[in-house]
Amino acid sequence: MSERVLLRGNDAIGEAAIRAGCDCYFGYPITPQNELTAYMARHMPELGRIFIQAESEIAAINMVYGASAAGARAMTSSSGPGISLKQEGISFLVGAELPALIVNICRGGPGLGNIAPSQADYFQACKGGGHGDYRMVVYAPATVQEAADLTVKAFDVADRYRNPVLLLGDAILGQMMEPVEIRPYAPNRPEKPWAVGGKRQGRAPNLINSLSLEEGVVEEWNWKFKAKFDAMRREEGMVEKVNTEDADLILVAYGTTSRICRAVMKRARAQGLKVGLVRPVTVWPFPYAVLRETARKTREFLVVEMSLGQMIEDVKLSVLDHAAIHFHGRPGGGIPTEGDILEIIEHVLVRRRTGTVTTRGSVIDWTIS
Amino acid sequence: MEMKIVAERTKLWADKPSPYCPGCGHGIVHRIVCELLEEMGLADNCVFMAPVGCSILAYTFLNVDVCQPAHGRTPAAATGIKRYRPDTFVVSYQGDGDLAAIGTAEIVHAASRGENITTVFVNNAIYGMTGGQMAPTTLPGQKATTCPDGRDVKAGMGYPIRVCELLRSLGGVAYLARTTVHDAAGAIQTKRAMRKAFETQVRGEGFSLVEVLSPCPVNWGMGSLEALRFVGENMTAYYPPGEFKVSGAEV
Amino acid sequence: MAKGKIVVDIDKCKGCELCITACRHGVIALAPAGRANVQGYRYLEVIHPERCTGCAMCAQMCPDAAITVWRESGKGKA
Repeated sequence: MSERVLLRGNDAIGEAAIRAGCDCYFGYPITPQNELTAYMARHMPELGRIFIQAESEIAAINMVYGASAAGARAMTSSSGPGISLKQEGISFLVGAELPALIVNICRGGPGLGNIAPSQADYFQACKGGGHGDYRMVVYAPATVQEAADLTVKAFDVADRYRNPVLLLGDAILGQMMEPVEIRPYAPNRPEKPWAVGGKRQGRAPNLINSLSLEEGVVEEWNWKFKAKFDAMRREEGMVEKVNTEDADLILVAYGTTSRICRAVMKRARAQGLKVGLVRPVTVWPFPYAVLRETARKTREFLVVEMSLGQMIEDVKLSVLDHAAIHFHGRPGGGIPTEGDILEIIEHVLVRRRTGTVTTRGSVIDWTIS
Repeated sequence: MEMKIVAERTKLWADKPSPYCPGCGHGIVHRIVCELLEEMGLADNCVFMAPVGCSILAYTFLNVDVCQPAHGRTPAAATGIKRYRPDTFVVSYQGDGDLAAIGTAEIVHAASRGENITTVFVNNAIYGMTGGQMAPTTLPGQKATTCPDGRDVKAGMGYPIRVCELLRSLGGVAYLARTTVHDAAGAIQTKRAMRKAFETQVRGEGFSLVEVLSPCPVNWGMGSLEALRFVGENMTAYYPPGEFKVSGAEV
Repeated sequence: MAKGKIVVDIDKCKGCELCITACRHGVIALAPAGRANVQGYRYLEVIHPERCTGCAMCAQMCPDAAITVWRESGKGKA
């Protein structure tokens, strides 16, 4: 039986994690994700599960490391600065092949920045924020419903590959309330014969680590990891396409920004402008092939981000020289408006203008690559 | 007269040479840990937390589950394991750089939460694996590659940290002792203290820690016998051995 | 007749001499210079087995767990 409830994004992620069988949550206060930590503080102990408010984000991710090593479904959550502190731990999770869920409810940066929504952690999330050669699946939900559903999926995917998974939201997604259908999830929990702890009862000792000083061993591990990353690329990519078939211009956006772009698309269509939308649901793996395919017909792409332009680099890698790629971004907690995006679309499709155009001060900083 | 074995190689060590330098104290401490795990019937559900530092290499020859987290994060990872699997006996093994420098926050807070784990803290006053840099416990005047003229506490290099004294005030700490392995009597005393620490965890009383003063002849630039004397004379003078807390009460 | 007996696992020994400092009876010493085990270390030799009391202090100090010690067991005690 599913139930429909009104939930804040942070709370919905917490409830979904609990229903996905999350055994251990380790957190540390940082805005705008505090409701999630508080939700887990209230509800995990009620269920006999583990909640710890750690002394730092570093400690929290390493508690995740330990719990996951012992076979738990473990998660932590934070925002920008705290996620930076977790990068060491994320690298170690990959190196030791430990599943985990990390939630980043992104805020404005760099530095302490502010607590406004942002998408400036895209590079950190998708391009290896920690040291070493690694990848992980990164989900970028656009609705509270999707945040809940992808949280459940993230635990399964993490276990399937023995690799951490990141859920990338922002202050808007974390704070807003939407109706959510809480579905009767059936988490897929595999056996973990590799885990440490408990009574061994005759099994050989297990080892969880990421170090070898023997020649060639770490390279061998990396080749094994690559096989996993390749499988993730093949199996785990998710993307939504709307109105791309006849589009003269395709908006590319993920998460909160994709909601704005969806509204712009409707307004543009109402004006007779053929605008479509490609929304990566996984920003890693990135939907290169889908974008490449759309670029066969569509000549204009407009990438919209709450950053100075990060995902645009992946769009360029997809589209290459087959189409013009425009960019509109707002950094540091700024939110692109429907009006600005629509105005850029009109510049491109109606007035046929190209090049860098700045109108209304810096509000529309629109560049063509 | 019949002869019986009174000392033999612990079965928890693989049948190969240990990875440590000649005269290194880690082997003595490892032996004590392993003997106690066997004697107390804990080996079958033990997780040995190996830190970053020389003793990371424990994983190459210990026949127990081993988990090896990032530098200094051992107490946090140990917390994760013990909370999720309370039926696990957790030995969290740390060196001085791991515990008293990069991992200061983690050890203080694991102790203050009263995590039911046993920390074996090997204090050899130096970073061994990286080649002999100044540690948080390097003695005043003691030389290291990063204090080539000796640790000058007045010149901004800081004072050596007395970990037991630092942790004593924390409510979650149930057992706390400092011992030395510079002679056989010290090794016997170390095993006695470690047994009490292990029993503390078995009884579920909370956090236990034994600090062991230990020689590192290679990185101290000393012969192994000279290194023993350095522990016995210089280190014990700055770090007095003894029990600090038993069953949660200060001694 | 010695009250104790020790056997050294020569190939595990690193010749650190910690055991020698613990032995009060002069039972053990390093092998003469030029003799090395598989690891390349001068290793421990039992030079006065008749003096061994089986006190096991050498084993207490051995960082490589390379020494096995036997001791006479009194009939009633064992």
